[in-house]
Amino acid sequence: MAKQDVKAEVRKFLLDNFSMGDRAVVADGASFMEEHILDSTGFVELVSFIEEAFGIQVDDAEMVPENLDSLVNIEAFVARKRGAA
Amino acid sequence: MSHPELKPDCLALDCEAEATRIAARMIDIVGNDLRRRGATIAISGGIDSAACAALAARAFGPERVFGIMLPERENSPESLARGLAVAERFKLPHAVEDITAALEGLGCYRRRDEAIRAVFPEFGDGWKSKIVIAGGQDGSFNYFRVVVRSPDGKQHEARLPAREYMQIVAATNFKQRTRKALEYFHADRLGYAVIGTPNRLEYDQGFFVKLGDGAADVKPIAHLYKTQVVALARHLGVPEEICAAKPTTDTYSLAQGQDEFYFALPYQKMDIALWAFNHGVPAEAYAEQAGISAKQAQFIYRDIVAKRRTTRYLHAGPRLVEEVGGIEH
Repeated sequence: MAKQDVKAEVRKFLLDNFSMGDRAVVADGASFMEEHILDSTGFVELVSFIEEAFGIQVDDAEMVPENLDSLVNIEAFVARKRGAA
Repeated sequence: MSHPELKPDCLALDCEAEATRIAARMIDIVGNDLRRRGATIAISGGIDSAACAALAARAFGPERVFGIMLPERENSPESLARGLAVAERFKLPHAVEDITAALEGLGCYRRRDEAIRAVFPEFGDGWKSKIVIAGGQDGSFNYFRVVVRSPDGKQHEARLPAREYMQIVAATNFKQRTRKALEYFHADRLGYAVIGTPNRLEYDQGFFVKLGDGAADVKPIAHLYKTQVVALARHLGVPEEICAAKPTTDTYSLAQGQDEFYFALPYQKMDIALWAFNHGVPAEAYAEQAGISAKQAQFIYRDIVAKRRTTRYLHAGPRLVEEVGGIEH
């Protein structure tokens, strides 16, 4: 698979789907929860997107902020999952 | 120490004084403010609507209250019997309106089942289903799982993708909204106000359907913790089988506790958590009192804040571009 820019793809997904109003940028380390970028349904949508876009399976136990609450966390998580696959 | 202590009796209530206070406010709100001549109440068979029915009978007199039972084919059969028991106990004029045909017409069951079939293609006639919440109190995000039971009794469950979850909830919301349409039919017919029955946990944490059970003219117990509602209901003479029952949603065809669907904790514990949070009790002190880890207490606090934030939209009335002169809310 061609090398993907995980952060850029997730950022685009967030901006395309959750950005209404004046929130124009998502910083690499910004917490989606604390910055009110995603609610709980939003996280589930994010997980579906990540699974589809990066070809990984997110297990229930992996649905934690350490893996999914910022662009850098997602990038590291996807790398770990791919490394383990 | 600047925060109040979390004592076992923090939810103690002077039931007689509180019932008197609420009844007086209900008369003031319905009669003087809203200018209605009585109130309708949907009686589900659960304790919140039973307590509200009792309070309404006390406030307005039973003859100015109209009780409505609104069963559909997926309700537990006990619910209607319990609802009728409440109406009879408080001598309320009442009607039973079965909403199954209306829900079929709206495609409530069909639209929901389509979404379930996207996850379990074999789901169909004779199967039962429910949604359960996961995450939240163990530090992960809240998400939902669908549980299905085949006619031969085998149970399966899976995490719900967002689209299917949203469609199941959207379809199921027809139940609460259809009930509310009928409550307003009777209210309009009689010149009455509609009573909404959320307790404080439900109101605070957004556990209601916008323009469904969330719609009402007066919500007499929205300030009371569930533990207090149970005490008040007992004091007012609500049948004991209702006071002692475990709260359920009675919304899905498989039995579903409210703590499975939304709160992640049984109501007695959720009450304490919310009280502690509302009174500025630090998570560590709450954890010690509740016999849980400090980390778990932090997760519960975080979940309270997240639910408030996420459900703010449910409370919001329509916003206007600018104020419209002469119209008061």
